[in-house]
Amino acid sequence: MVENRPFLGLIRHTVLIAGVLLLALPVWLAFVASTQEGGRLLSGDVTLWPSGHFLQTYGAVLFEGMRSAGVPPVGRMMLNSLAMAVLIAVGKIAISLLSAFAIVYFRFPLRKTIFWMIFLTLMLPVEVRIVPTFQVVAGLGLLDSTAGLVLPLIASATATFLFRQFFLSVPPELAEAARIDGAGPMRFFADILVPLSRTNIAALFVILFIYGWNQYLWPFIATTDEAHYTVVMGIQRMVAVPDSEPIWNLVMATAILGMLPPVAVVVAMQKLFVKGLVDSEK
Amino acid sequence: MAVQVVFRNRFLPYLLVAPQAAVTLVFFFWPAAQGMRQSLLREDAFGLSTEFVGLDNYVEALTDPRYLDTFLRSVAMSALVAFLSMSTALLLAAMADRAVRGGRAYRTLLIWPYAVAPALAGVLWFLMFNPTIGVVGVGLNRMGIAWNPYLDGAQAFVLVTVAASWKQVSYNFVFFLAGLQAIPAALIEAAAIDGASPFRRFWTIVFPLLAPTSFFLLVVNVVYAFFETFAVIHATTQGGPGGATETLVYKVFNDGFIGLDLGGSAAQSAVLMAIVAALTVAQFRLLDRKAGA
Repeated sequence: MVENRPFLGLIRHTVLIAGVLLLALPVWLAFVASTQEGGRLLSGDVTLWPSGHFLQTYGAVLFEGMRSAGVPPVGRMMLNSLAMAVLIAVGKIAISLLSAFAIVYFRFPLRKTIFWMIFLTLMLPVEVRIVPTFQVVAGLGLLDSTAGLVLPLIASATATFLFRQFFLSVPPELAEAARIDGAGPMRFFADILVPLSRTNIAALFVILFIYGWNQYLWPFIATTDEAHYTVVMGIQRMVAVPDSEPIWNLVMATAILGMLPPVAVVVAMQKLFVKGLVDSEK
Repeated sequence: MAVQVVFRNRFLPYLLVAPQAAVTLVFFFWPAAQGMRQSLLREDAFGLSTEFVGLDNYVEALTDPRYLDTFLRSVAMSALVAFLSMSTALLLAAMADRAVRGGRAYRTLLIWPYAVAPALAGVLWFLMFNPTIGVVGVGLNRMGIAWNPYLDGAQAFVLVTVAASWKQVSYNFVFFLAGLQAIPAALIEAAAIDGASPFRRFWTIVFPLLAPTSFFLLVVNVVYAFFETFAVIHATTQGGPGGATETLVYKVFNDGFIGLDLGGSAAQSAVLMAIVAALTVAQFRLLDRKAGA
């Protein structure tokens, strides 16, 4: 604090509290809606406080879903989301660690080409190559499979560059010492490089887990079988019900459940999250 | 970028890059090449025959007045999302910077919306803006403003823009806060000793020093608003009413998957790819400048 200005302090807190409330408001209202009885919501009286139907609504959503709209139990969809998020995060980290290791510690003829190939994937987000990617995945027979959900999203220029940057900052003496002691490259990688990258790996995992969990367009296109729906895309089927009003209390309970795991990860691992976010943009 | 100690092995490096290279080739470059090819072809309605049509698909897509509308709409949406989320985030970051009591708690309470999926953010605001049961929608109607985003295109556009901005505030907040904390306290103290008010200090010292962060965030926000708003739109307004919330990405999806106009959709994809390429290059230029400073 440069100087003591009580009035300024008051303004700070007022603005910050207003910001906190503004960000929380939509989620609070969604929670309120999710605890109402379905019929009461449609009657048009707006309330700001939860009512007593919490257990019924959440129980129904988690274990039954919404059969009329072809939506499987949300518990099931959350497991699918979890599998997709973890596999995408682990997969991206694993293949990026390996390729960054090759690019930094080896000289080989195609090195530059591979580097640029990975760089160019930054310019090909799923949204841009959506129709042909669908055709390729369909051609490989991977629609409605976990592999089909995960593989097209798993290449990562960001993670590769992050690890490359980190490996370049590791003192070269370490690799030299390992070599003199007779350790091969893979031994050096597994026993020295990966343990040194622990914090980077953890920070990146947090970011990539959220990225994977929140995927929408690709799971929407790559799954036709309800058994493979993820929660973030499954909710669309509950909102877009033809010719009728969505059953809002069920929709909102699903929304709350669908955002809970990634939000919990951010709150619990705030430090790693901020590090991952800032690092992955460098 | 060269590390001095290098392992020597003829095959190992290829083995190491193989998984990444395979995924990149099969799921990125091959589809991208297919897309390019499709953008030069036209298929008849039954998919029985295809003919080479050169750049016809591009000409058709780009001269369609609806495409121009969609383009302008996407640009407007990007500009609004970037402005709303960045200005809110900057205000909050400026307030949360330095020793404010409860700083950690405020930070936690301001960053969690980053984790909310865009589709879910859209659904939350869809409820709030609902004309019969949403708090904001009902409030506006009671105040005599006829509010119904189901029917009014401009209001649907507001819905999508606000939902997308709400989710993005946290991201911008993290970067603005990091930028603010990188400014040496001595600079601010010197200005304070010279008698500059907090307001003046912000605009003449802090704000200019945040320029690199702001430019970087501007690019990221524009990319976000171009692509990630797809989920917001698809989960709520579905591009309607009457195409009022259709963006470039939404149109690619709609023409390709719903309209089954593969050539037209592929040509639009190629145009989008060029936009992403330009933005990526801009982003890297900015980062270089940031690293050099």
